[in-house]
Amino acid sequence: MATYYHRAVKDIKDNGFLSAVTIITIALSILIVSAFALFFTNANNVMNHWEKGIRIMAYLKPGISQKNFPDIKRKIQGIYGIQDVNFISKEEAFKRLKEQMKRQSSILMDLNENPLPDAFEISMIASSQSGEKVEEIATKIESLPSIEDVEYGQKWLERFTNIFDLFRLAGYAMGGIFFMAAVFIVANTIRLVIYTRREEIEIMRLVGASEKFIRGPFYIESIIQGTLGGIIGIAVLFITFKLISSNVEHSFKYELLNIKFLSPEFYCGIILCSMFVGWLGCYISLKQFLKA
Amino acid sequence: MIDGKDKSSIIQMFHVHKHYGSKKALIDINLNVSKNEFLFISGPSGAGKSTLLRLLYLGEPVSEGQVLVDGMNLSRISKKRIPFLRRKFGIIFQDYKLISTKTVFDNVALVLEASGKKRKFIEKKVRSVLRTVGIEQRINAPPHSLSGGEQQRVAVARAVVGVPKIILADEPTGSLDSDSADIILNLLKGFHTHGGTVIVATHDKELIRKAGGRILYLKQGRLLGPTPI
Ligand SMILES: Nc1ncnc2c1ncn2[C@@H]1O[C@H](COP(=O)(O)OP(=O)(O)OP(=O)(O)O)[C@@H](O)[C@H]1O
Ligand SMILES: [Mg+2]
Repeated sequence: MATYYHRAVKDIKDNGFLSAVTIITIALSILIVSAFALFFTNANNVMNHWEKGIRIMAYLKPGISQKNFPDIKRKIQGIYGIQDVNFISKEEAFKRLKEQMKRQSSILMDLNENPLPDAFEISMIASSQSGEKVEEIATKIESLPSIEDVEYGQKWLERFTNIFDLFRLAGYAMGGIFFMAAVFIVANTIRLVIYTRREEIEIMRLVGASEKFIRGPFYIESIIQGTLGGIIGIAVLFITFKLISSNVEHSFKYELLNIKFLSPEFYCGIILCSMFVGWLGCYISLKQFLKA
Repeated sequence: MIDGKDKSSIIQMFHVHKHYGSKKALIDINLNVSKNEFLFISGPSGAGKSTLLRLLYLGEPVSEGQVLVDGMNLSRISKKRIPFLRRKFGIIFQDYKLISTKTVFDNVALVLEASGKKRKFIEKKVRSVLRTVGIEQRINAPPHSLSGGEQQRVAVARAVVGVPKIILADEPTGSLDSDSADIILNLLKGFHTHGGTVIVATHDKELIRKAGGRILYLKQGRLLGPTPI
């Protein structure tokens, strides 16, 4: 094992340029893929944050008498997935609107009657905050006879989710492509090393070296390259992340932008994956070019 | 017919044929080599001497017939066991086959590394073998910086370092002057005196005369016996 390791390290040194190119290529692939992963985990957090704030507004038909309100409220509360139901009278809604439109309040002043309906503001329990569930609940509420209309931040969130899913798909595709590219690069490096060492390999076989003895160093070499590439890729991403996030934190101090680096489990997983890339590239190359 | 139990023989060939396409390199070879024999295989260029040696260490397979080496039937041996077969041999190749990117030391050490010996042992053993072939002072030189005779001595050192049972020497004195040839011959004789089996393929009559072992002649792929007719 120790001599395998020494031979592998010697190989890497002897083929310095080739090894450097391989390690850099793996590092770049890892960098791009993990940058994507970083973006997605953070975007996902933000989305969850938004979904938590999701409310359904249910507007009452005009002319429904006030004494029916508790009954309607109870009916809404009876639907599965509802956490809280808040009554907002049309007067209160009008007041909120005026507050929000302070500058343009003259427009509202011209209205001699409050055009807003009475409404219920409804929040959902955590497990019912996904797009589909919200839509389901909203449909149920809308079917109540005293409800005229429901409104929820569904449309834009859904569109956003769709775009996000598209991005995620693109991310997976890119991850796959970079994975294959990295495997290909390692395989190619090993192929070239096999080519430059073909005389040596042939002689090793003639003096009775086992396949394990011949192949071992190639595996160690490519796993070292994979590991180094992975560590460098993650390190570069981390440094870039620190630089950018310290700048961003100066300008924004919002809870919303509470971006985090990948979890240790995640980046260790990426480095493991990078080691696997090395192993796989080597395996493919040996299978193809080192027939016994 | 196939008698693997014969204690005194280490190599047996039974009706061995070797063709390359339609070219017949060896025809119906029957050969028995005893333990601790010093055997010469001679004959004109192209007779099939190198081919015969190659069949013994499975450098290539026979086309027909059976080969037994130290109790192993070569037509039945699995790929995994080939390295074990080859470790029974120390081979001096016609073209030396030294690894050009390694030093003299590493070339010789390779045999011991491949059989899993300890670093310390390898260090000592390789030095002592290189001393006996008289090439100690070139231990860290690359092979191409050595003369033909020196390279041949390194090849001999590599052949004996693993303490094989059999040495196969293919034209071991090919391009050497008679003094260098004597050094090589003495090394082979030394190995033989310590109980090893030696097979030398050569057309160097001088070498055969000096060594005085059994001779078999090959001609156009056929084994003739002790006379070249
Ligand atoms: N790989 C091969 N493909 C085709 N023909 C071959 C091959 N190897 C050997 N031969 C042929 O087999 C015959 C025997 O070759 P071999 O090398 O065994 O001769 P040799 O007795 O060792 O000759 P020399 O004294 O020149 O070394 C020759 O005619 C050669 O052309
Ligand atoms: Mg020959």
